[in-house]
Amino acid sequence: MTKLSVVQDTWVPLPEQEATIEERLNEILSSYQGRDDELIPIMQQVQQQFGYLPEPVIKQIARFLHLPDITIFGVATFYAQFKLVPTGRNIIRVCRGTACHVRGVARILQELENQLGVKPGETTADREYSLETVACFGACALSPIMVLDDKVHGKMTTQKVRSILDATGSSSELKDG
Amino acid sequence: MSTVIETIDEKRADTITVTINGKEVNIKKGVTVLEGALSAGIYIPTLCYDPDLTPYGACRLCVVEIDGMRGLVSSCTIPATEGMAVYTDTPRVNQSRCITMELIIANHHGDCLTCTKNQQCELLRIAQYLGMEQEHIDRLRKSTQVLPIDDSHPAFIRDPNKCILCGICVRACHEIASVDAIGLAFRGNSTKVTTAGDKPIIESICKSCGECIARCPTGALVPKYEKPPAKEVKTICPYCGVGCSLYLGVRDNTIVSVRGDPESSVNNGSLCVKGRWGYDFIAHPERLTTPLIRLDGVSRGAAHDGQVRDLFREATWDEALELVSKRLLEIKQTYGPDSLACLSSAKCTNEDNYVMQKFTRGVLGTNNIDHCARLCHASTIVGALAAFGQGAMSNSYDDLEKTNLFFVIGSNTTECHPIIGSIIKRRVRAGAAKLIVADPRSIELSEYATVDLHHQPGTDVALLNGLMQVIIRDGLEDKDFIQERTEGFEEMQRLVKEYTPEVVEETTGVPQSDIEAAAHLFGEADSACILYGMGITQHTTGTDNVKSVANLLMLTGNIGREGTGFSPLRGQNNVQGACDMGALPNVYPGYQKVDDPSVKAKFETAWGCELSDRPGLVATEVADAICRGDLKGLYVMGENPMLSEPYLEHTQRALEQIEFLVVQDIFLSETAWLADVVFPAAAFAEKDGTFTNTERRVQRIRQALQPPGEAKVDWQIISALAERMGKPFGFRSAADVMEEIASLTLIYGGIHLDRLEKGGLQWPCLDTSHPGTPFLHQGSFARGRGKLHAVDYTPPIESVSKNYPLVLTTGRLLEHWHTGTMSRRSRVLAELRPNGVAEMHPDDATKLGLLEHDLITLTSERGRLETTVHITEKSPPGVVFMPFHWREAPVNVLTNNALDPVAKIPEFKVSAINAVLAVLDRAAQDNAFLARLAENPVEALKEYELTTEERAAIATGDIRKVESWVGKLDERLKTWLILRLSQEKW
Ligand code: SF4
Ligand code: SF4
Ligand code: SF4
Ligand code: FES
Ligand code: FES
Repeated sequence: MTKLSVVQDTWVPLPEQEATIEERLNEILSSYQGRDDELIPIMQQVQQQFGYLPEPVIKQIARFLHLPDITIFGVATFYAQFKLVPTGRNIIRVCRGTACHVRGVARILQELENQLGVKPGETTADREYSLETVACFGACALSPIMVLDDKVHGKMTTQKVRSILDATGSSSELKDG
Repeated sequence: MSTVIETIDEKRADTITVTINGKEVNIKKGVTVLEGALSAGIYIPTLCYDPDLTPYGACRLCVVEIDGMRGLVSSCTIPATEGMAVYTDTPRVNQSRCITMELIIANHHGDCLTCTKNQQCELLRIAQYLGMEQEHIDRLRKSTQVLPIDDSHPAFIRDPNKCILCGICVRACHEIASVDAIGLAFRGNSTKVTTAGDKPIIESICKSCGECIARCPTGALVPKYEKPPAKEVKTICPYCGVGCSLYLGVRDNTIVSVRGDPESSVNNGSLCVKGRWGYDFIAHPERLTTPLIRLDGVSRGAAHDGQVRDLFREATWDEALELVSKRLLEIKQTYGPDSLACLSSAKCTNEDNYVMQKFTRGVLGTNNIDHCARLCHASTIVGALAAFGQGAMSNSYDDLEKTNLFFVIGSNTTECHPIIGSIIKRRVRAGAAKLIVADPRSIELSEYATVDLHHQPGTDVALLNGLMQVIIRDGLEDKDFIQERTEGFEEMQRLVKEYTPEVVEETTGVPQSDIEAAAHLFGEADSACILYGMGITQHTTGTDNVKSVANLLMLTGNIGREGTGFSPLRGQNNVQGACDMGALPNVYPGYQKVDDPSVKAKFETAWGCELSDRPGLVATEVADAICRGDLKGLYVMGENPMLSEPYLEHTQRALEQIEFLVVQDIFLSETAWLADVVFPAAAFAEKDGTFTNTERRVQRIRQALQPPGEAKVDWQIISALAERMGKPFGFRSAADVMEEIASLTLIYGGIHLDRLEKGGLQWPCLDTSHPGTPFLHQGSFARGRGKLHAVDYTPPIESVSKNYPLVLTTGRLLEHWHTGTMSRRSRVLAELRPNGVAEMHPDDATKLGLLEHDLITLTSERGRLETTVHITEKSPPGVVFMPFHWREAPVNVLTNNALDPVAKIPEFKVSAINAVLAVLDRAAQDNAFLARLAENPVEALKEYELTTEERAAIATGDIRKVESWVGKLDERLKTWLILRLSQEKW
């Protein structure tokens, strides 16, 4: 019977998740007229609702404002405030500054990539973690450094990566998913 | 176009005087400083300027000094004014340019030596102009950060590393193509030109028109297969009826480049995907190079696997011509001249068509000549002749640039007439015109429509009557025009009264409010054009539909003046010309009736032979006539009825049993495979002559290449045959043929090849001093008063039934052309759209348990085929759409050959069909249980006596059990069945 649900998923044109996206979006759009100058406010409100700007949503906004998709994509990538990929509930930032580099932060990053199955700039499928890199945290004495949700973890080792992740969520499950 | 001779004074009023680098020059009023300088022959380097695009002012290379202005100014954005003093070449200017260039080059990665653009690279040219040294340039380059090259498109490469962000491509895509596939995205150093979502271009909405490629000043956008040509030949695109003018770049008898003709009033330098990339079919190895004769004893219908030698042997021209001449004469003698027929070709030149009809009439002695216009616009000619007395498009592209309202009905303009589609999109987007779209499907133009109507296929008359009812009800008709220029109003008014919005909503499915809105928009517009295509014509009511269109135009006075008009968009490059040339069974060139004694006498004198006054057979009656035994010999020039006729099985049966079949073509088309003799013909780029586009513009085509092998120009083949048959024509050149056409055809009276060197002429062009006619029906109609017809709605011949619950409608795609003979042999076009699909609405797919890309079987009363399904909301529920380009899934196997009673055009647009998952269809052939399930969506099992065990198996979807009584099932069928059974109602 598992087959059945698989079939239904692709077969039904709008899976439930997408349907609710559309509903939520329509609700937002209903308070606008469809004028060009409403673009930024709409994008802001959408981002607030969804945490980022999902691709189908960009298309919908484009249609609503009679603007090409590329225009909205251009705006979304121009302003730092907009995100095109969802961010995770937890954000991990790894330092790529010189001091950290010298102390082997590359191995830490590699370990995180392995554990989470994502590259810097990406978010895990379950939206638990986003992985980012930064230039220098200005705490070089503690290098190599990784910051998890604003908590600084200094003198990192690959072993520590696993225990930190374990304490936050269940990283092993992530790997399978 | 204007014939007004401007006086010197007027000319002065149009120019201003400025001083450039100390020299006084006269330049046009209203231009920028840059344009003024360029027009005076003074070079100013530019990187972001393009004459066709709005100024951008981004590159800062065009800077100049102007007296009275502080600092350096970009000349591309500053309007030139009287008395201005401009300096384009001062040290300050050049220093600034050098700095700008250094910055640009620093961000421009790549190796100039290996760059394919290096010959035409603006960047290099300017660097040289400014005296920058190669070594210096190389030093400037950063070698870091290499962005990935986008190689996804079959025709061109995008290399962002060479992009200088001049924005020309982005503006071209927006302003010229009206597509907006690309734009600038990201910020600061990472800014780049990309698609929405930063995806490869092939996954974007790009239409492959190449407007961006043609303009990019650097090697960032380059065609994959282009070489610098040795010479360029100006000619006309061989695909659609828009008739774009272009230059073919030739080298070593091959086309190596193509560019739009910027001087052409038709396309202003633009081309669509076909016109830009679709030429390698000319050099395709399958081109016919010698005459072929069917091997003795090989039957017409003999199966083949593409091996020419299995069916044909090569022959000399002498032998092949002799054989054809002998057989045609024999048939004529035995069965009479009307046992022979010719199909002429809308792909061939006017000269080819003229000679073909002269041959048919003068040598064979019959009026049995027709061509594929029968399949596309026969109803236009009949309907418009009845309404106006003239069957052609009444207006010009120029009127489309001026109109306030476009009403597009039954035309997927952006796919089928792309350059006209761009005009519409551009003007609507700019707010310069409004748009009403009426189409059963959602088409690209629907997104631009002010009012978007989706009527049921075949209900056009009802819809148009509905609009007229509202217009008359609300007093929006043009009473003066009706009074002065038309007849039949009373009767028509009485009839359309019945078509109230309620009634029309019921028939067409269009909401009343939309009918009201469209009627008001149309009735209140200062000027309006109606553009239509096969959606109007390809019906058993095609003539009625056309008359209704004419009614609406005359009712509102939207014909015979600028910005208005009747625009049937003709499909083929020269379908207008083929009609004009009399490749029709009832008329000589210029629509002179064959049964008019004075006309007959005129042609008998001119051609020195006796002619028949019996109108001949139309193309769509040919198959029947063969089956009846009336038609014994058929000569087909450049047409492919074996894919293009409706109800193909019938066509095939006919062609297999005809006594003698000659096909003249550039490839062994599906029809040529059946022939007794095949003549190899020259392609458009291999001949001289003229094409007439949809706006009646007769344009010159020129020979760029030598035909392959022994292939010959069509009119020369026919002339050679005529000579064999004892009636030499004596034409020595295409110009000779045109002289004869002009002498016998009033509307072409002033057309001579040497007059067409600049831009062509629109007929009627009565004599050598006549400037041509941009729009028809000014002041009066050809028939005197325009006739308003009372046209009642009649439904299509076939309606959906239990066995055939879906409506099939056919059409075309942007990237391909008709039966694909040319476009599918063009690498780029074939790669862009390798195969066809049937489009179906998600609701129907759900009902049938279909998933995207399932192989499905379609059946109609007339045949069956298998194809892939594409599930999309573009098709309305209940309607399946299929293009007819694919011989692997020839949709005309299914289409209805029922004809319009007058125009004899078949009803391609409405056939009742059934659709079933292909594996199910096959399994159901010998399994009653599956057949039942396939047929009836919900309650099939009610009638079955099922045991409790069987019921349980079905209810739980236990496929193993089900298999135990229906036999082993295909995997896809299993998943289908599980779903299907879960929907079952007991
Ligand atoms: S090829 Fe045409 S549609 Fe595609 S990006 Fe270039 S201009 Fe736009
Ligand atoms: S790709 Fe070419 S045309 Fe487009 S911005 Fe870059 S350099 Fe200019
Ligand atoms: S619009 Fe028609 S004539 Fe123009 S390039 Fe395209 S196919 Fe050719
Ligand atoms: S280099 Fe990592 S914190 Fe400074
Ligand atoms: S051409 Fe004037 S700024 Fe680029």
